[in-house]
Amino acid sequence: MSVAPVEITRAEADEEALVDKPWLTIVWNDPVNLMDYVTYVFQRVFGYPKPKAERLMLDVHHKGKAVVAAGAREAMERNAETLHGYGLWATVSHDT
Amino acid sequence: MSEPSPPPEPVDPDDMALPEQPIAVFRATSRGITARFARPEAAIIRELVAQVVELVAADMPTAGTDDLAALVGISDSAEEPDDPVLARLLPDGYRDDPDAAREFRRFTESSLRSAKVESAQMLLETLPAGGGRIRLRADQAEAWLRSLNDVRLAMGVRLGVTEDFHELIQDIGPDDARYGYAHIYDWLSILQASLVEALS
Repeated sequence: MSVAPVEITRAEADEEALVDKPWLTIVWNDPVNLMDYVTYVFQRVFGYPKPKAERLMLDVHHKGKAVVAAGAREAMERNAETLHGYGLWATVSHDT
Repeated sequence: MSEPSPPPEPVDPDDMALPEQPIAVFRATSRGITARFARPEAAIIRELVAQVVELVAADMPTAGTDDLAALVGISDSAEEPDDPVLARLLPDGYRDDPDAAREFRRFTESSLRSAKVESAQMLLETLPAGGGRIRLRADQAEAWLRSLNDVRLAMGVRLGVTEDFHELIQDIGPDDARYGYAHIYDWLSILQASLVEALS
């Protein structure tokens, strides 16, 4: 599965805003899911290397949520459904 | 935050006391992922998994009258479940957009419920009621992970688990009705962590 880059430059962002803002898959912190389990799920679902999966897990843990993927709406909804299958608390939202 | 709900009826903490030793954990070996479960440990896991199945499979949203919709798993159900445990197992897909959340649920809830039941069934098939040593294939280990996590999510809601679970469990004394339940939750966390490590 390919995933659009999360970080985009200002110029690209402006351009994108005119055409189509990306959709996001967001994972929210919860007190039950184990940190190592969340890292495992990010590796398994998105194919992220362990350091990236760990960084995202820590963002969820410390900041309360993290954007774990960005792209087309349908793809983000599939992500959310897959993550719900693993018991993670995931939602879809439109980038603003 | 509201008071934690009491454990569900079928779970009597007295009946679910863990054996002193050993406490089962998973290990990666040259012959696969293995663990040895004492009889009471197997009984506890089987009971808790069966409860999740009962909850998730109960009042499965009725498929719409449209045959095609039923075939592809589109249901009429669009509202977040009232039961807080079920709401946690089947969360909204959108946070600030109720219409999108309803639409998402209509298209995903039925298959999500089925997937949870399938994982639970695979776990039950690989865990003999009497316990003993088990060996898991990769797909079975994955089913165990998901199913154990569903059990922990359900227990976490009922126990009112927060980030400070370690403080909570220290505050719960042997006389507390939640004592047995909280210690089982703690053990299942250790068991799940051992499985993640064995898979990593």
